[in-house]
Amino acid sequence: MINWIALKTIVRKECVRIFRIWPQTLLPPAITMSLYFVIFGHVIGSRIGLVEGYNYIQFIAPGLVMMTVILNAYANVSASFFSAKFTHSVQELMVAPVSEWTILLGYTLGGVIRGLVVGAVVMVVASFFTHIPIQHFFSMLAILLISAWLFSLAGFFNALFATTFDDISIIPNFVLTPLTYLGGVFYSIQALPPAWRVAAHFNPILYLMNGFRYGMLGVADVSPWLGLFISIAASVFFAVLCYVLLKRGRGLRT
Amino acid sequence: MSQALTIENLVKVYQSGKVALKGISLSIAEGDFFALLGPNGAGKSTFIGIVSSLVTKTSGSVRVFGHSIDDDILKAKQLIGIVPQEFNFNIFTKTIDVVVTQAGYYGVPYRQAKEQAEHYLQQLGLWEKRNETVRFLSGGMKRRLMIARSLVHQPKLLILDEPTAGVDIELRRSLWVYLEKLNQQGLTVLLTTHYLEEVEILCKNVAIIDNGEILVEKSVHSLLGDLTGETLILDVDSILPEAPKLEHFTCRLVTPDSLEVDLLEHQTVNELFTSLDAAGIRILSLRNKFNRLEELFIRLTGHTVEDAV
Ligand SMILES: Nc1ncnc2c1ncn2[C@@H]1O[C@H](COP(=O)(O)OP(=O)(O)O)[C@@H](O)[C@H]1O
Ligand SMILES: [Mg+2]
Repeated sequence: MINWIALKTIVRKECVRIFRIWPQTLLPPAITMSLYFVIFGHVIGSRIGLVEGYNYIQFIAPGLVMMTVILNAYANVSASFFSAKFTHSVQELMVAPVSEWTILLGYTLGGVIRGLVVGAVVMVVASFFTHIPIQHFFSMLAILLISAWLFSLAGFFNALFATTFDDISIIPNFVLTPLTYLGGVFYSIQALPPAWRVAAHFNPILYLMNGFRYGMLGVADVSPWLGLFISIAASVFFAVLCYVLLKRGRGLRT
Repeated sequence: MSQALTIENLVKVYQSGKVALKGISLSIAEGDFFALLGPNGAGKSTFIGIVSSLVTKTSGSVRVFGHSIDDDILKAKQLIGIVPQEFNFNIFTKTIDVVVTQAGYYGVPYRQAKEQAEHYLQQLGLWEKRNETVRFLSGGMKRRLMIARSLVHQPKLLILDEPTAGVDIELRRSLWVYLEKLNQQGLTVLLTTHYLEEVEILCKNVAIIDNGEILVEKSVHSLLGDLTGETLILDVDSILPEAPKLEHFTCRLVTPDSLEVDLLEHQTVNELFTSLDAAGIRILSLRNKFNRLEELFIRLTGHTVEDAV
């Protein structure tokens, strides 16, 4: 059950936060991605031939967008919700008649919005460097939205268990970043030795990355529908998990 | 009259094994101004935490205007306004946003939330500070902001956890006046405190809590009426070598020129003076050793309200 006014209030608060601290939320991806496009796209990419029919800068663009969206959605929710716990301002929500689904949806929509905004920023940055084709707009948007929501939920899950600010940086640094790099941002897994190629299939981010690349470029190493299915299934799993934990007051009530 | 809050056999055992509430029951009528009085560590915040859903109870029942927090938690929450003991703001938020956002959580539409926020910020003297971020507010302002935030959705039961602890005298008095006014307008108020003066001046009913147990729950008036006898301090005009031995009174020497005397229920100050006169002792001044509620508190708990066991 959703309390609509409360939901709007949480989302508004999250948006205010994202734009208030834009040097932390919006600027870094713009700078990092410009560097990626300059270094990998222009300097190195010019020495690499076409990959699956696209020049290298075009080939890496979808992966970079997806990586940014995933990391920012995750960071937004984990940082915002953990700060609310840390300052005890989360009590403002806990004492009010706001259902668990409303809290979960409100915070994760904040993450989705941050993901979409930075995703758009990266697209704009990319378009300064090359022409960005969009082959299947709605598939692209669907996979982007559901991935942003999935990682927002994961960030929420992380924040529920976190007790220090270090606890919300461990997963992004040691799990998400490596998995996105290995998920084929910079290469087609066809280029990997056979054993590595098999291993790569166990990386869930590979499917999201390829689903998104399919949407933009129309090419993918694995079925884009599998990407969509995995992200929906994982989202439902995390949503239910977070709901149960919230209901029990995990990390919130003594 | 209907009950604003009904508590039965409330028990809280923290994970550490600490038993903070040992099965307390109490009931607060609509329109009451009720004090939960007890020393630090008595279990006041635990109690408030359970009623406001910040602490999970171990067992027992809590009903807010008849709505059980087990079956009807959203309705119960809607009727409560809560002012916690410690500041719990996101300090980077603008003052007005704190109040408007809280109203939104309670389902007040945005436009109306802004109007109500303005009303309460005005009332609490914070309207000029509306665009300041919370971290630049003084302690007293933050305290008032917590009260504005707790009222913005127009609750029927206002719960304040030690609202005047660490607050300067001037603000304390102005808060008292404000709370009194709210109560007269029909708001039920429950506050916790360890200031006896606050209870005596402000409250209609009181429960004394110590060590997780309610020792007494009754009207402030009848509680003070229970007071049988008191302890007086007398300053005498000469140096006494030892406490005088009077027939009906027990005297103790505090300093060579001051005495402590227990006055029992049926004894009068006149009798004491006559007795002292007969012993050739002249009194310069006299005062109560304790405030009257404090006297009661000590008799009930065996210690003062300042030092918990
Ligand atoms: N989270 C907690 N874990 C364990 N013990 C606690 C916790 N919170 C409070 N206590 C203990 O419970 C008792 C009651 O605390 P509290 O309700 O804060 O008292 P008061 O508000 O009357 O000062 C104290 O002994 C306190 O140390
Ligand atoms: Mg307390």
